[in-house]
Parts: sequence; structure tokens; C-alpha cells
Amino acid sequence: MKLCWFHLMPYTDLPDDFQQKHNSVWVDIDSRLFDPQKAHHMYNDFMDELEFAADCGFDAICVNEHHANGYGLMPSPNLIASTLARRTKDTAICVMGNSLALYNPPTRVAEEFAMLDCISGGRLIAGFPVGTPMDTCYAMGQNPSSLREKYREAHDLVMKAWTEKDTFSFDGRYNQIPFVNIWPRPLQQPHPPVWIPGGGSVETWQWCAEMDYVYAYLSYFGYKAGMETMLGFWDEMNKLGKDLNPYRAGFLQFVGVAESHEEAMKIYKEPAEYFYGRCLHVDSAYAAPPGYTTEETIRRKVNSQVMKVATSGGARMVNVATDIEHIEQEGYVILGSPDEVAEKLRKVANEMNVGHLMLLLQYGNMSKDLSNYNTKLFAEKVMPQIKDIFDDKWEDHWWPKPMPANERAIPARMTREAAE
Amino acid sequence: MSELKQRKVTLNGVETRVWEKGAGEPIGYFPGYGGAPRWHGFLDELAKKRRVIAPSLPGFPGGGLGHLKLDSHLDWVIACADLLEMSGLSGADLIGVGFGGALAADVAAIFGQKVRKLALISAYGLYDESEPITNVWAQRPGTVQNILCANPARFTDLTTMPNDYNPVEWQIEMIRASEAAARYLWPFGNTHLDKRLARIKQPTLLIRGSEDKVIPASYMKRFASGIGANAKTVTINDAGHLAELDEPVAVANAILGFAG
Repeated sequence: MKLCWFHLMPYTDLPDDFQQKHNSVWVDIDSRLFDPQKAHHMYNDFMDELEFAADCGFDAICVNEHHANGYGLMPSPNLIASTLARRTKDTAICVMGNSLALYNPPTRVAEEFAMLDCISGGRLIAGFPVGTPMDTCYAMGQNPSSLREKYREAHDLVMKAWTEKDTFSFDGRYNQIPFVNIWPRPLQQPHPPVWIPGGGSVETWQWCAEMDYVYAYLSYFGYKAGMETMLGFWDEMNKLGKDLNPYRAGFLQFVGVAESHEEAMKIYKEPAEYFYGRCLHVDSAYAAPPGYTTEETIRRKVNSQVMKVATSGGARMVNVATDIEHIEQEGYVILGSPDEVAEKLRKVANEMNVGHLMLLLQYGNMSKDLSNYNTKLFAEKVMPQIKDIFDDKWEDHWWPKPMPANERAIPARMTREAAE
Repeated sequence: MSELKQRKVTLNGVETRVWEKGAGEPIGYFPGYGGAPRWHGFLDELAKKRRVIAPSLPGFPGGGLGHLKLDSHLDWVIACADLLEMSGLSGADLIGVGFGGALAADVAAIFGQKVRKLALISAYGLYDESEPITNVWAQRPGTVQNILCANPARFTDLTTMPNDYNPVEWQIEMIRASEAAARYLWPFGNTHLDKRLARIKQPTLLIRGSEDKVIPASYMKRFASGIGANAKTVTINDAGHLAELDEPVAVANAILGFAG
């Protein structure tokens, strides 16, 4: 299986009384809480952590896009990915991804992803999320009634821009462009692998099957809450006559590894409680703009994260467990010794049939030292125990196909450092 | 008073419900938030004196998926002008509330012959950053009725599911009504109507509930000054944004007194 190291880039210095004194971590978060000089260090620490994960041997490093969000400091993940493309050698770079409807015109995404693919020598995984209601409809003003159709059209435009050899005009409902002819072109042909991060929308599952894309369920609530959604996904694949190749799927899981379970509970308590307390303090008013959830999904009564929010009736996005005991008990974070974590992840991967495990090993206000400790211990003692799952039976058709390593450029800095 | 009659018209290929009750000169009704999922007391008050015709706006209850056919504001205004024609309301008096008010005002401004007299109840269409409209699409689940009506139970009554309905389909229709309005008013209702207010030559009555928590009082003044001498204003005590739900008799009387 593939082990992908995911960073959300949370602002690590939200005040202790954040939940009491502030309305929401997202959309209307108080800008006075943002200290750019602290953020300077956070960004650099976060990029160090991503690079460290690459050095430790993770298959991919992942970044994503959020707006007006105190737990996600990457309005433009492409900026981060471009530095990673230069400072890592072999790891896949997973941009998870660009919310297509937010780019005007969406050919911008085709261009930037093509740049990343060229710079990295073909290591890019192209993620295309619709984007959350908070990001798209409230922070970026997109119309919830047309968002999904605009997203689909943007997708069609990007794919055509990548694959059509001749200059063409595009006359869409939302985009009209007289001359589409992107330079540069993606290195991977016909295009980089496409992964679709999504909630529990039936249409998204069907579309992933139709287009042969990876469906990645990026839940913050761990394997227990995610099981139903993943089983729903496989049920749909089965109905559609698709094979059950686990590499069709990705799943996000928080993990904390230490020498013992007791130690893990102790050292990950603060960052986990920070994340589930402060970072998920989201006003439910921003969760369910009308039209965002499709009527078909409502009919199928699929309880996506968004629907849970919309129907929870509370002031906050979700009723989240915020103390470490419950965080662990609910399965939000898998905590334990390397053997315990490996055993649980093996079970999760097999039961969910997920070939791309996306791991959050930095979360909340976790320091770089602790993040690197978690990453290293995972790489050294957990990874070898679970790496082989699925590989005897299935091939990953959705993984980047880079240029051969010996043909790829080596940044001068790396050559200098190697010489020293 | 006659019985409630229902017929269907086809608007942009979509079957659209038209309700009608009463006798006399026709008067049309474009509803606000939630649309008109059921016939209600305000319409009955009007129907005592007038032939009340309530066509469903695209995507609002009874309007199917008509909203998905419409992209630009011009699409919406033309659809509404066509709807007036199909419903037998061309040249009749027209009432527009909130969301529906934005469309009624534009039909009057752009297709002047379609509307005789215009009554707007807390209409959308303008926006003032210094005194923003309360965002009805950014409310916590289950609370929007508190800002729509002075007596929230009035809105709950309007949107409570009838006994013979499928609960999932009812829920979908209620969300769709809000989505349809969002389609032409997202994110906060500014259709730049201020550019066209001076084109409204019809006698116009501007109505606002004294307890309107959605659209500030200053908006009625901006409507009045934009329309000019043709506009009259009236404030209905103890009524909220959907004033006709809170005070059906007072609002109906104000309109009947104005329109005759």
C-alpha cells in the first residue's frame, strides 16, 4: 500500500480561550489572531516537516487548499508544492488539491499543475476537490446552486487543455475562452493521476468510477466514523461493475506513535486536543448553503460530513470529542506503540479496502520536534509492518509515473550538499 | 370567495404550478423566502376582494427544477415576465416579497407594460456595505425562522409538511426554494437594482415590517428615493421580514387600499 504524509498546516498559536471568545476557526476567524512573524516560522517548520517525511521514505507528501481557515494555512497549495518539487527527489507530490470552481479561468490549474509536473519530473498527483462550503461559498463567494456544475465544467476544460494537442476554443456555461493552448504541458501523459477528495456524495463516487479516478475520503473523524462511507463507496463500485482494487480509494487517518500507548496518550494529548477543540470550532451557519448538497445525495440519505453538520441543529459544526480519551476511543486518532499502530492500520486498510492511506502525523499545535519524532518512528517501525498490504494482489494504476530517476534534474543545492 | 384552483403552465419546458382564488381584477404574488408551499391567510385576505394569482417561481415550491435553466439575472427577469403572461397577470397589479420582490421590481422596471401597480414588501435587490442585509444563508440550522418573522411560528406554519407528503421530498423542496433564490441573489442579494429603480414608473407601495431583522429600514428609503414620486411607503407594526405572514390582514388592507 501507499503511505502518504499529509499536512494541513494549522496555525499553531490560537489562544487557550479560543472556543470561548471566538465564533469560528473558519470564515470569520479574527484576523487579529494572525501574527505574520509567527507564521513565518510555522510555514518554514511545516515545509521542514514535509521534506523530513519525504526523507523518511513516505510514498507521497500531501498538501491541500483552504481559505480563511485557522487550521489550514494553504490558500495556495501550489506554492508549497513548488518548493517541495525542488527540495525532494523521489517522493510523489500530492496536491489534494485545487478547488476548480475557484480558479478563473480554470486553465490556471491546468497551467500550474503542468508546471509542477515538469519541475518535479512527473511526480505530481492532481487533486480536484469541489471544496467545502466554507471555502467555496462563504469565503470565496461561489454560488452554491451552480458550484458543482461549474466544477465539472472546469474539470472538463482542464482535462481538454491537458490532452488536446491543437489550440481550441471553449464555449462553456461558465467559461468562454477563445484560445486554449496551455504552456507548459504536463510531463505525465496523458495527464497526472487524478484524485478526488470528497465527502459521501453518491454522484462523486459514480463520477470517480466513470472517470477512473481515485476517491479519497478526507474525514477528520477517523476509521470508525469513516467505515460506513467507505463501505458505501465499495458498494457503489460493486454495483457499477468496477473491480475492488483498493488503490481506487484513499482515506485520511490521524496517528500518534510513541514507545508505548501510555507515552502516546501523554505526548499527543495537547496537539490532538488543540485540533479537535480549537481547530474544529466552526460555526454551523457556514456548513450548508442551499444547493451545495445534491438532491440525489439527500434522497439517498447519505450522511456526508456536510449533511451531518446541516442536520445536527447545533451551533457548532459537529459534536466533536475534544479530550484525548474520547478522541482515541472514537478512533479520530490512532495512538500507541509502533506494533499497536501497525496492527490497527492493517485492520483499517483491510476492512476499508483502502490502498492509499493518507496520514496526519502533524496536527494541531504539534511542534516540529514532535512531528518529526512521530514521522520517524512511523517510518522506521510502522511502515515496514504495513507496506506490503495489497501489493501481492493489486497494482496501483493511479500513481505518478515520473521520469527515470537517473534522468531527472538534481537541484544544484542538493549536489552541493551531497558533496559536503 | 371561490375555491382555490390549481393549473399548470410550462415555463422554459418545466411544468409550473399556478394557484388562483377569488374574483375581480387579478393581482399577482411573487413570494419571498421559502416560496409559497401552501396557500395562506394573507392570500385569502386579498382574495376577498381580488382574483389572486400565485404562480410558482422557478425552483420555488411548485416550480420544479426551473431554476437550473437560468443563469443570468436577465434570464430570471425574462422568465418572470413570461410567467406573468402565462398566468394571466400581464398588466395586472403585482406583489413581490423579499426574494420575489427583487424580481417583481425588475419586471416592472424592464417590462413596464407587464405591471400596473407594484407592491414591494422588504424587497431584495440593493446592498449597502455600511448597513448590510442579514445573511439568511448563513444561519445556524433550524434558526432562520427567528429572523424571517416577528412570530417565528408563522414561518414554521408555512413550511410544516402536509400530512400526505413524502418527508424527504418535502425537505428537498424547502431547500430547493432557498437554492433557487440563492441562484440569482447569492451571496447577499445585490442585483444592482439601484441602476434601474428610476425606470419603475408604476405607482409603487413599499411595505416594511417594523420588526424586519433581515433588511434594514434604510433600504426602504433607498427604494423610495430611487423610484421617486411614484413611491409611497408604509410600515406595518409587529411584523417581520415576511410581513404578510406576521400581519396578513394589515398588509392585505394596505395593498388593497393602494391598489383598489
